[in-house]
Amino acid sequence: MFFFFYTDCPLERLALVDFRTKQGLECLEKAIRFADQLHVVDTTGIEPMDSVLEDRALYLREDTAVDGGCAEELLKLSRKTVEEYFVVPPGNIPLPKKEERSSMLKHSEL
Amino acid sequence: MAASRVTANEIFLNIKQIPTRYPKALCLFRQISTSRPHYDQQPEPKSKSASQPLVGVVGLEIHAQINSNTKLFSGSPVRFSAPPNSLVSFFDASLPGTLPMLNRRCVEAAVMTGLALNCTINKKSYFDRKHYFYADLPAGYQITQQRRPIAVDGVLTYSYFGGKKRSQMIRKSVQIKQIQLEQDSGKSLHDDDRSQTLIDLNRAGVGLMELVMEPDMKSGEEAAAAVRELQLILQALGTCQGNMSEGQLRVDANVSVHRPGEPLGIRTEVKNINSIRYLARAIDYEILRQIDAVQSGRAVQNETRAYDSKSGETVPMREKEGLQDYRFMPEPNLPALIVYEDNASLPTGIDPSQAVVVQKIKDRLPELPGVKRDRLVQTYGILPEHSFTLVNEDGLMEYFETLMKTTQREPRKVIGWVTNELLGHLKQRDMSVSQSPISPAHLAELLKLQETGRISSSAAKQVFQEMWRSGGKTAWQIVQEQELGLVHDSAQLHSICQKVVDSHPDEVHAVRNGNKKVLNKLIGLVQKETKGRADPVLVKEILQQMTQ
Repeated sequence: MFFFFYTDCPLERLALVDFRTKQGLECLEKAIRFADQLHVVDTTGIEPMDSVLEDRALYLREDTAVDGGCAEELLKLSRKTVEEYFVVPPGNIPLPKKEERSSMLKHSEL
Repeated sequence: MAASRVTANEIFLNIKQIPTRYPKALCLFRQISTSRPHYDQQPEPKSKSASQPLVGVVGLEIHAQINSNTKLFSGSPVRFSAPPNSLVSFFDASLPGTLPMLNRRCVEAAVMTGLALNCTINKKSYFDRKHYFYADLPAGYQITQQRRPIAVDGVLTYSYFGGKKRSQMIRKSVQIKQIQLEQDSGKSLHDDDRSQTLIDLNRAGVGLMELVMEPDMKSGEEAAAAVRELQLILQALGTCQGNMSEGQLRVDANVSVHRPGEPLGIRTEVKNINSIRYLARAIDYEILRQIDAVQSGRAVQNETRAYDSKSGETVPMREKEGLQDYRFMPEPNLPALIVYEDNASLPTGIDPSQAVVVQKIKDRLPELPGVKRDRLVQTYGILPEHSFTLVNEDGLMEYFETLMKTTQREPRKVIGWVTNELLGHLKQRDMSVSQSPISPAHLAELLKLQETGRISSSAAKQVFQEMWRSGGKTAWQIVQEQELGLVHDSAQLHSICQKVVDSHPDEVHAVRNGNKKVLNKLIGLVQKETKGRADPVLVKEILQQMTQ
């Protein structure tokens, strides 16, 4: 199977799989072929399972306040805080560029 | 264009639902030419000689914050203002090992709202994860109901004053595609000076009802009227307090333009609208901007724009993250949400606190605004236009009903004072009914004076103004102070009339000869003498006698 990837596909940038090397693509192909075995099973008229809890009833909680009030504890977890606010870089952190990704994935087995 | 392609497809599939009506308010749009409509032809290329005017198409996405004590999936309190991050639990902060616990009140609120908007309640609905990265969304995903929401296929009917003189009540309706439960995100405060953003998670996890409306509307006016009606309904139900300025009701408008019968145009999303008034303005501005672009041959971009209330314009927003792939997936930690039709369909042995029964909620529905309006028309015999105004203004209906309890006058005579005089004065000064310096009791007194003939109608209006200005003086006080009372004393009137008659022999002669119109001149002269305080009926009688 061959895959065509747009050079700026957001999903590609989000993924932890390396699409650029032949090895990465082969690995992906193998994974998809493995998953294709699902098609062998006849699933007509059967709802897909989306939760292992499907036999359980969804628990409904009473509307009384029992949580919160732990600002100090939570703020301790953040590297940088200002007056009880969490501090983050401005705007949104952009996805890593292609060059940056290669160094991120250097040590991965994929 | 993953995400936008999906929704654009949905809109294209809905083309057959778009009515091919023509806008009545053509003054808003530049007309190019007025040849016959061409329903059966192929869509024309957009040239300057196209036959039909471009019209706006408006669809609203509304997020209503659920009025509950705690959040949707955690037991943290819900409050408007509190110290930053003080209303945050471990789950809200998305610490590992925490799990969502659905709030029963939120489910009931969604069902109640769905019933009030004539929706079909899905007995089984699912929760999904919508993934995107932003600092105010600590988990990296929002729990929502994309596949199968709790309520679908509803309708919202609304009215507004339109027509040439804005005196005609026009009834419209908009289809509600679905109502879904979802989490709110936290708040980010941008500190541009220090190049950082401050995050407060107090709002993260608060329950929202997202109402998706079909693009049935054509203008800012329609959208504003629809949102106002929704606000009244939600407030009557108590499921949402509907305060737009506090962010309890957030409206995003999807706006595009096209010629009726043709496919829909590219749409833009308009955000940052904090009031109903701004909503109408933002939409109207955006429609005109798009029409201008199309007519000048420029393409309308699919983008997100923000409304700037100072300039009255929409401006492109700084892009959050370009194109989004939300990677929707079922929420694995939550099984399906089941609600039951009635007590009969409850499984045996179920704990009542674990069962949401639609019939019970239906029985508990309070009086909706539409029903209220009809009741006012029935009880008081006022016009639908009047009851619409009464219900539309906060507190005005209560004012009117209190007034009706203390006055003996007919409702139809009283309603004008409330919807014209009182409301007019309030609107001029941008005041609410609760701030009115004239109480229902004082107004009742004024009306009594008018009814018993102590003052004339024009004097009554004067007294009203003075009551407003003085804030507290009673009608009778003002009448006495300014000597506005009608003079009924026949002896006094007699002498004044005699004076006028004696000094105008020519006019008297004309009346005696059959010219009745001159009598009015004599009446006018008497009124001048008495500064308009003479009882007009008596004066006419006396003068008629004298001129026989």
